[in-house]
Amino acid sequence: MAGEGDLKLLGMVVSPFVVRVRMALHLKGVSYEYIEQDLFNKGELLLRYNPVHKKVPVLIHNGKPVCESLAIVQYVDEVWAASSPSILPTDPHERAVARFWAAYVDDKFFPAWIGIMRAETEEERAKKMSEMAAVVKQLEVALAQCSNGKDFFSGDSVGYLDIAVGCNLFWLDAMRKMFGVVVIDAARTPFFAAWADRFRESDVGKVALPDADIAAEYAKKIQAHRAAAVASK
Amino acid sequence: MAEPVKLIGCFGSPFVHRVEVALRLKGVPYELIEEDLNNKSDLLLKHNPFHQKVPVLLHGDRPAVCESLIIIEYIDEAFSGPSLLPSDPYERAMARFWAAFMYKCKDSMWIALWTDGEVQAASAREMKANLTLIERQLPEGKKFFGGDTIGFLDIAVGGIAHWMGVFEEIAGVHLLIEEEHPALCRWAREYILDETVGQCLPDRDRVVAALTPRKELYVSIAKAMAAQK
Repeated sequence: MAGEGDLKLLGMVVSPFVVRVRMALHLKGVSYEYIEQDLFNKGELLLRYNPVHKKVPVLIHNGKPVCESLAIVQYVDEVWAASSPSILPTDPHERAVARFWAAYVDDKFFPAWIGIMRAETEEERAKKMSEMAAVVKQLEVALAQCSNGKDFFSGDSVGYLDIAVGCNLFWLDAMRKMFGVVVIDAARTPFFAAWADRFRESDVGKVALPDADIAAEYAKKIQAHRAAAVASK
Repeated sequence: MAEPVKLIGCFGSPFVHRVEVALRLKGVPYELIEEDLNNKSDLLLKHNPFHQKVPVLLHGDRPAVCESLIIIEYIDEAFSGPSLLPSDPYERAMARFWAAFMYKCKDSMWIALWTDGEVQAASAREMKANLTLIERQLPEGKKFFGGDTIGFLDIAVGGIAHWMGVFEEIAGVHLLIEEEHPALCRWAREYILDETVGQCLPDRDRVVAALTPRKELYVSIAKAMAAQK
């Protein structure tokens, strides 16, 4: 798009928060330069543009950094407000509800699946799975409330809350391959499971969700890294 | 005819205070319903069955809006009146980033207040470093994060202005020290002196009296946080 200025995204291929931002940029049809970061060896760009947290994603727009994925998504929505679709709903109350559940995703859903991933024994994993079950149940309720019977949290098409949740899906698929666990079970949370299938098949899902195998490979890399760190102590 | 606005809160909560400041700055009349959190009312349980926490905003017949910062953005968008968030998208993103940062600080602040030994010392160092980062966001020569008037980030950080002193007194720990954070301390004084803030700032001694019995609870929460780190 002409006149949008210089846009770069510092990311890491399997970070769900980065995927979330890529989804927002794709929804708006905005082009940008993507720069993959090595999080085991953080480079000068990352340290300069996110000195506080040293994390991805970082959106650099005309040389100015924006950090925190949900802040970035809202920024993209506001700067490219003239391009449809609108990522957040227009009604203030619906926006508040979307923000509430997006915060829930980051506060509860994300740590819950990380817990499953990091579990060191089968017993611990089972415990984490049952904690996750309560969270997934809540998202089933949220979906019913937000979607009003339509295909997505945001209604007829993908929006803020869909990408807030959906950016995590490929990791759930990776964990199914790695551990045989099914986090979003159609038998227990049918609406949410159906939504997940629709999201994966949506344009933004197909374009932006990485392959589950890439996530599984990365998980092995983290594990090896941790083992090496422990061994060297 | 404006739809009624009700705020479910409880005495002494910095999160409820945030919402009251926002409503008052925006010029929105509201009814404050004070909860006793040891004896939650049916109203609270009905409107926030999920978290059962305050603040909860009820605007007309709409379902409740929960989570203080989300409520503030709602207030800014649903009502006319002076803007609470900056109008420039980049400045808005910065305000949201630093408000999120405040949220992330809560663990290190809590551990620094309510634990002891090396765990406490390490968290105190971390919290002070965090206070420095926040302090740097104060615009040069201005009273508030929002400039000449209180804005979203002032409200998000505002808890520090009043409640830090309260918690420090109950815990016997000092985190926000004039010599170490002169600009932030100056900001805190300006915040407390602001007329709108003063209308909904609970009396400090009453807050100390109300929160002191919760010390054991705070300590157990801090220990759990430290164990998770």
